[in-house]
Amino acid sequence: MASLQVLNVIKKFGDVEVLKGIDIDAEDGEFLVLVGPSGCGKSTLLNMIAGLDSITGGEVMIDGKVVNAVHPKDRDIAMVFQSYALYPNMTVEKNMAFGMEMRKIPKPERDKAVMKVAKLLQIEGLLKRKPGQLSGGQRQRVAMGRALVRDPKIFLFDEPLSNLDAKLRVEMRTEIKKLHRRLGTTIVYVTHDQIEAMTLATRIAVMKDGILQQFATPQEIYDRPSNVFVAGFMGSPPMNLIPAKIAKDGDGLSVEIATADERTLRLKLNGTGKGLSAHVGSDVLLGLRPEAITDLESSDSGGDIQEVECSVEVTEPTGPDMLAVLLLGGIEVVSRMRSSANVHMGEMTKFAINMSKAVFFDTETEERI
Amino acid sequence: MSIQVGGQLSPSQKFWRVVLYTLLVVFAFVYLAPLYVMVVTSLKSLDEIRGGNLMMPPLDPSFDAWVKSWSYACVGVECTGINKYFFNSFKMAIPAVAISTFMGAVNGYVLTKWQFKGADIFFGLILFGCFIPFQIVLVPMATILGKLGLAQTTPGLVLVHVTYGLCFTTLFFRNYYQAFPDELIKAAKLDGAGFFRVFWRILLPNSLPIIVVTVIWQFTNVWNDFLFGASFASGDAAPMTVALNNVVNTSTSVKEYNVDMATAIYAALPTLLVYVLAGRYFVRGLMAGAVKG
Repeated sequence: MASLQVLNVIKKFGDVEVLKGIDIDAEDGEFLVLVGPSGCGKSTLLNMIAGLDSITGGEVMIDGKVVNAVHPKDRDIAMVFQSYALYPNMTVEKNMAFGMEMRKIPKPERDKAVMKVAKLLQIEGLLKRKPGQLSGGQRQRVAMGRALVRDPKIFLFDEPLSNLDAKLRVEMRTEIKKLHRRLGTTIVYVTHDQIEAMTLATRIAVMKDGILQQFATPQEIYDRPSNVFVAGFMGSPPMNLIPAKIAKDGDGLSVEIATADERTLRLKLNGTGKGLSAHVGSDVLLGLRPEAITDLESSDSGGDIQEVECSVEVTEPTGPDMLAVLLLGGIEVVSRMRSSANVHMGEMTKFAINMSKAVFFDTETEERI
Repeated sequence: MSIQVGGQLSPSQKFWRVVLYTLLVVFAFVYLAPLYVMVVTSLKSLDEIRGGNLMMPPLDPSFDAWVKSWSYACVGVECTGINKYFFNSFKMAIPAVAISTFMGAVNGYVLTKWQFKGADIFFGLILFGCFIPFQIVLVPMATILGKLGLAQTTPGLVLVHVTYGLCFTTLFFRNYYQAFPDELIKAAKLDGAGFFRVFWRILLPNSLPIIVVTVIWQFTNVWNDFLFGASFASGDAAPMTVALNNVVNTSTSVKEYNVDMATAIYAALPTLLVYVLAGRYFVRGLMAGAVKG
């Protein structure tokens, strides 16, 4: 078990800067998820933590010690690869014991460790088989097993579930979370799947174009995304971003949304708009999660609820709940409500908007205000 | 022509199928005819050869010519048979093939998995060697072998063949390892395996198809080489191909076609055996990497 610090880490391939100064600080026992679209540099960062890629600038520290120049095998880490990277010429047992063999751990001890982990992952029956004779899910388990037997300070997972089918992926996700709770080892986990990130992480690092966008707990990232990119990337369907204007409204403030017929829709800000007074009169983006816009009956009990009449463009029942595309002012927004909500396509219906869940972004910088 | 599985063929399909098989059989005969002539001639007596039909089977098959070729035939002026030269060829081919295959594997490994700056240019230069004709290097090679004291020896020939074969073996292994997943190497590094451990434990055990291809290729080339053998080892260290030439081109006595044919078959046998034993891997190896899995 160990803490992990990444200090202003830079990676260049030739002239191309892939990582532009990343700062991450994970405590002992943390489940850190690196998430972002392809090409954001998350896998490169993971490889640098593993020692498989050299570090152009900055420092990687494990347990308070700089490991920039430490060989991968001496960093006391274990990695699970996307392709599983099982040695095809060795049985499952040999695969799992290979690391210990290289470290010259005597055979009886190796066998004991392999058996223990095999029991934990329920792969005892597969030990004598070769990777070619295993199904995708079994290979995945063996790959995890190979990392587990090492009992490392830090586990690194590089998109370990992306080669599994949807059902198995959800099962293994739960299993990984259980494992983390049981072992308490620090984990760094790379994925491009924001649901995986939300469900697994104790903290998430959202990356884009080699820049760390936000580093916070899943709830914080969901409720208070630091910029427009994070707001759009995390959550499905993504946060609604509505062009609006901040205006003075008596003592307080309100937000004005332009409608199709050139009138404005006013939403009062009762105390939510702290720090917005400096933006009076300027354009902003109003960010609302789909579940902050509901039918009246299922509106949140607390908070600053405002009623607005909108026309329902499309309804999309998903089973557990219903998504509806509404026209809020002149803008299409997605709302999420109970599947039994009394909302029909083509009708004007009153909706409740929970303005205390609203966030605002500067249109210029796209940062949260 | 479409191929129907298990269905009835229409009359026109049947016709084309007959044409196809007839053609295949004819070509098979054409290709097998020389081997057939060699075998039957080697089993005939000299009288029968002089008087008879080339394609006729032997009236009284005998292995006399084979025995003579092995133990008594005159190779140049010495009449001790070709056995010594047959083994010379093995003494040359086995180390030459083993060393060049191994070095090609290491080269391929370094060029793909431990890439250094300029690795691609380096590989390009090695590839250049594949296109250098044998004749060009004869004189400089002779000079070097002379300076090393390896002229007219089997180790000298081994050196020549390793040098020449390296370009091809490197090409084979480099291309094979190019498709070998990097993540396996990374996993092994994290597991604590160093440069040679990764090679021995991970890469080589998964290289059987390309090893077979390389061994067949190298063995055939080295065994069948005549020019280097004749240039650098024409005496006691001469390989089988040179001996075969000396048996056939003798100008001192009667032309013994049956002995010549037996000698030629001896000379061709090892490469034939290698093909038969490893041939199925050869095809598999050439196809490897084309399809995943």
